[in-house]
Amino acid sequence: MSLLDIDERILDVAALADIVKSPVVDSKEFPDVDVAIVEGAIITDQHLTEVRHIRAHSKILIALGNCAVTANVPAYRNRVTKEEALKCAYVDASSNDSAGQMPDSPELGKLLDRVRPLHEAVKVDYYIPGCPPSADLIFYVLSELLNGRTPNLDKEKLKYG
Amino acid sequence: MAEPSSYSKKIIINPVTRIEGHASITIDLGRDGKVADAHFHVNEFRGFEKFCEGRPFTEMPSIAPRICGICPVSHAVASVKACEDIMRLIPPPAATLLRRVMHLGQMVSSHALSFFHLSSPDFLLGFDSDPAKRNIIGLAEKFPDLAKRGIRLRKFGRECSERIAGKNIHSVGITPGGMNLGLSEENRKALLAWIPESIETVRIGLDIFKRYRQKHMVEVDSFANFETLYLGTVGPQGELELYDGKLRFINEKGEILNDQIDPRQYLEFIAERSLAFSYLKSPYYKPLGFPKGMYRVGPLARLNVASSISTPLAQKEFTEYRQIGGKKPLHGTFYYHYARLIEALYAVEEMKNTLENPRVTSSEILACAKRNQAEGIGCSEAPRGTLFHHYVTDENGILTKVNLLIATGQNNAGMNRSILEVAKKQVDGPNVKEGALNRVEAAIRCYDPCLSCSTHAIGAMPLVIEIRDADQRTVRVIQRAK
Repeated sequence: MSLLDIDERILDVAALADIVKSPVVDSKEFPDVDVAIVEGAIITDQHLTEVRHIRAHSKILIALGNCAVTANVPAYRNRVTKEEALKCAYVDASSNDSAGQMPDSPELGKLLDRVRPLHEAVKVDYYIPGCPPSADLIFYVLSELLNGRTPNLDKEKLKYG
Repeated sequence: MAEPSSYSKKIIINPVTRIEGHASITIDLGRDGKVADAHFHVNEFRGFEKFCEGRPFTEMPSIAPRICGICPVSHAVASVKACEDIMRLIPPPAATLLRRVMHLGQMVSSHALSFFHLSSPDFLLGFDSDPAKRNIIGLAEKFPDLAKRGIRLRKFGRECSERIAGKNIHSVGITPGGMNLGLSEENRKALLAWIPESIETVRIGLDIFKRYRQKHMVEVDSFANFETLYLGTVGPQGELELYDGKLRFINEKGEILNDQIDPRQYLEFIAERSLAFSYLKSPYYKPLGFPKGMYRVGPLARLNVASSISTPLAQKEFTEYRQIGGKKPLHGTFYYHYARLIEALYAVEEMKNTLENPRVTSSEILACAKRNQAEGIGCSEAPRGTLFHHYVTDENGILTKVNLLIATGQNNAGMNRSILEVAKKQVDGPNVKEGALNRVEAAIRCYDPCLSCSTHAIGAMPLVIEIRDADQRTVRVIQRAK
């Protein structure tokens, strides 16, 4: 969704590329694409399957935002076990009643032991860090790639805060 | 062996597009082939409540907004209020004004995203139009001026945070005790300059909704229309309030159940049930128990509980809105969109009032205190509904317990029920049309759920519908054709 922070320039990107799948586009299949942008850390087995699937169908994969790049705040969970985290939320929280069930139906992704950044699971071609990632940098990287150039992501362009 | 007609089936929609976060839907068919039940599976979990334990409480206003990139200001506000409760401190008036501007700005940008980017393609291009075009970019091809207006309205909202706190989201401006950064006269003027255009854009949105309603009256009125209780924040006279106020519960007839509740008492009125099919818990109104105490929050709920709106243009719209239901609350889920636009209008008008307050550029914006009690509770109205942060600390100010009650969670029961109502009308056996599936999803989109928020998880990938038979066999998985 950080992609939308480029505001009106999304229309410039749309002029150069077909945005075939995103939270704002309805298509539910993942076709072969030139560029895939992935946000978020890998938390569940489903995320892992998805990111591998995306990698296999994309020429270029961009990790967007600190969660994708470093696992950031979600990785705070790595200090505790997943069982402790689940018990805290679904059993011990002050507002919980005593008749609750643990979310474990087969539709749900299973938590991995550790939360991981994207590059620990798949090859990442470009990293755009930031929380939020800079809209100008997102637009710069996309317009370079869409014009067949290699974006220059020197140190001074990268900001993690 | 059973006859094919004698077992029932299940539909899955996965991923649900045009919502924030990650979810799927299962539709269970009975032996007669009709829809028997529906479940909305929210599939994200991060565990904030656990991993924040052991950290100083003063870190929470920086960590908690990371729950969500759409409503970080609401999290920051609820969080600093909980911290200030622990410190027994009242922030300076100018700091409250600045927080209000940021909070109203976020309401505008989030509501703009929900209406113009995510929902207006259904209104303007049609529920049954080409899925590949049914988005903000398809909208821009057909209605370029409108799409740009929607994009700019969202930009204005984010600019409020940027001009006060230097960053459009996850700023460091809001801090326990007040604000780290103030508003310059130049930035105040720049924000005020946005007001006329923003009011105009929201009114265009209202016009789109009203015209759609005129044309599709029956569908709009009957779309996922079911009775629930409602919760929202109101001011001292029962007027709509988003930043600071007291809670009001009403019943399905519109009668007030509890009024002017201090948010610190939330545990007396709200309990949550964990359910196996979702990482999203189901809160309920405690006096009535589960599931009878199902209530809804967010724009529809806030306008159902409010007695009035303090700004003139929004009050005029509110009067018109209220006439639809007469004395009763509006239960039709589609009216979330309408209520959201009226709130956006209020937010822009109220932002103008706040920015015109001479105190807003004051530099007296930060008070100091240490921990003065163990426990603190903070509340604010997030774009999607009432939000609670509840912290318990030890004598060194280290968090020993954290409870977060998120807006979307409180609409969980409502979303499940809405899907069931729509599925009953749109799905008959496993043969389902694309437009029908989009309507099931549209029911969820009315609530504008931010699933990352509500399960404290980050997810950017959207939904699948699975149809299951009465023996829990999957008979169809629906992934839209491109």
